Amino acid sequence: MTVYQISVFLENRTGQLAEIAKILGDNGIDMRAISIAETTDYGVLRLIVDQPQKATGILLEQGFVLSMTPVLVVAVHDQPGGLAPILRIIAEGNIGVEYMYSLFTHVEGTAYMVFRVSEEEKFTTLLAQHGIAIVSGPEVGIQA
Amino acid sequence: MERYYQPEIECASREQILAWQNERLLKQVRNVWDNVPYYRRKMEEKGVTPDDIRSVDDLYKLPFVTKDDLREAYPYGLMARPVKDCVRIQSTSGTTGKRVVAFYTQHDIDLWEDCCARAIVAAGGTNEDVCQVSYGYGLFTGGPGLNGGSHKVGCLTIPTSSGNTERQIMFIRDLNATILCCTPSYAAYIGETMKEMGLTPDQIPLKAGIFGAEAWSEEMRQDIQNTLGIKAYDIYGLTELSGPGVSFECSEQTGMHINEDHFIAEIIDPKTGEVLPEGAQGELVFTSLTKEAFPLLRYRTRDICVLTRKQCSCGRTFVKMSKPRGRSDDMLIVKGVNVFPSQIETVLLEQGYQANYQILVDRVNNTDTLEVMVEMTPENFSDNLGKITDMEKSLVAALKAMLGIYAKVRLVAPKTIARSEGKAVRVIDKRKI
Repeated sequence: MTVYQISVFLENRTGQLAEIAKILGDNGIDMRAISIAETTDYGVLRLIVDQPQKATGILLEQGFVLSMTPVLVVAVHDQPGGLAPILRIIAEGNIGVEYMYSLFTHVEGTAYMVFRVSEEEKFTTLLAQHGIAIVSGPEVGIQA
Repeated sequence: MERYYQPEIECASREQILAWQNERLLKQVRNVWDNVPYYRRKMEEKGVTPDDIRSVDDLYKLPFVTKDDLREAYPYGLMARPVKDCVRIQSTSGTTGKRVVAFYTQHDIDLWEDCCARAIVAAGGTNEDVCQVSYGYGLFTGGPGLNGGSHKVGCLTIPTSSGNTERQIMFIRDLNATILCCTPSYAAYIGETMKEMGLTPDQIPLKAGIFGAEAWSEEMRQDIQNTLGIKAYDIYGLTELSGPGVSFECSEQTGMHINEDHFIAEIIDPKTGEVLPEGAQGELVFTSLTKEAFPLLRYRTRDICVLTRKQCSCGRTFVKMSKPRGRSDDMLIVKGVNVFPSQIETVLLEQGYQANYQILVDRVNNTDTLEVMVEMTPENFSDNLGKITDMEKSLVAALKAMLGIYAKVRLVAPKTIARSEGKAVRVIDKRKI
């Protein structure tokens, strides 16, 4: 069920993001989510793409430092308050969220959130108990 | 009018100075031969005995002493007097493996303080002056040396040591300090702080400053002189030889007079070791003539400079050395602290980074800055920013532990730092010195 996020080291330099976007575009890779965590001097770019293996190979070839990080995608009701129950389950389960962000992918009435949590199994189990399923990559057009 | 601490020595005839040097050199060579097995071995290896040294002209026959020798002989290997005759050690700012420990008899300290006193008097100091010593006290030679010199001159001495700038300024103003002794960068900082406080040069009682232990430019001298309303004098020295006061500036401010009654200076080609004629640029080599506990013969300073015997308007007859124009090895002096790129490399490798790095040294607001550019590696990378920040922090801490000063770490993408064909460009020194 795991989706792989590509985490790329970014130094604080003008044009670095543009460079990555162009490389991916030139190779026909579609970005599904993008998120950046940064300090004043450097950052980590987190990407979800449709072809993670291919993208990883290309970026490595270009000399980027990166890693593949397993993350979990959860479908959320696209309505006010839709995210709240999930966050409440996480809080009650005492699970730490390292980071989260949303996918661009959107179907009528459903949005998708990407989670990186401290305890994946517990997270999955708890959600299942509440009838919330983890979304697999192919369901949202992401290759394994 | 120029004043001297010991006019009969500082203005002695060249013949007299040479006579002192000849007599003392012979005695010193005999001393190390008899008392320092390490020296005797070095001399034997070169096939030299004390009988071969009959005057200063024979100096070239003696082997050089380098920092490597000091390290090898650490701690007591070059000591020429028993511990019972020694009263003090001082040590360099160098770190693990590079630290130099020098020993002093009471007589050594006495002569060293004389040298510092000469510098203070050359800067106009008398027993009417209030002299604030803002060099660090302790193992570092700056504080103890100038403190002793100031006592000898009879100045009212304020031993503030370095740091606590507000207190420094308070003492300067409250006690009407007229002479300030510290590193040039600290003098500049004190000056800037006073300026920010709205003090104009005429409201600052200081009239002279004796600044050394790090390289500084003429530009910086002008800055300090203007901000503090003083005349700023350079002073030079090495812990290995005693400390500050090996040479000092006079009113002409065109180079530093070497105390030739205590030291013989030579300029050599750093590659071949060949002695170069007066006026040639090369590596400065010193022989200490009067040191009892820790006499160094032909010690290679690694400082590149020029000697001149041109008559000086101040009346002193001692040879003058230019400000050091660089180093013959890769050592950097940052904030008065010796920094070797190899130390930085060691830390990087220990912390799992590659040895591909670049050191940027600059001077911002008259204070040295040190930045190390390090390439991120796949092993050290994480999707978790906090982990990267933690690693960066531990790298900064490890560098601080190794170097003794703060170095900013800049993590960059791989292959950002140019690989060169031959010798890598490890250091970019943007300071104008």
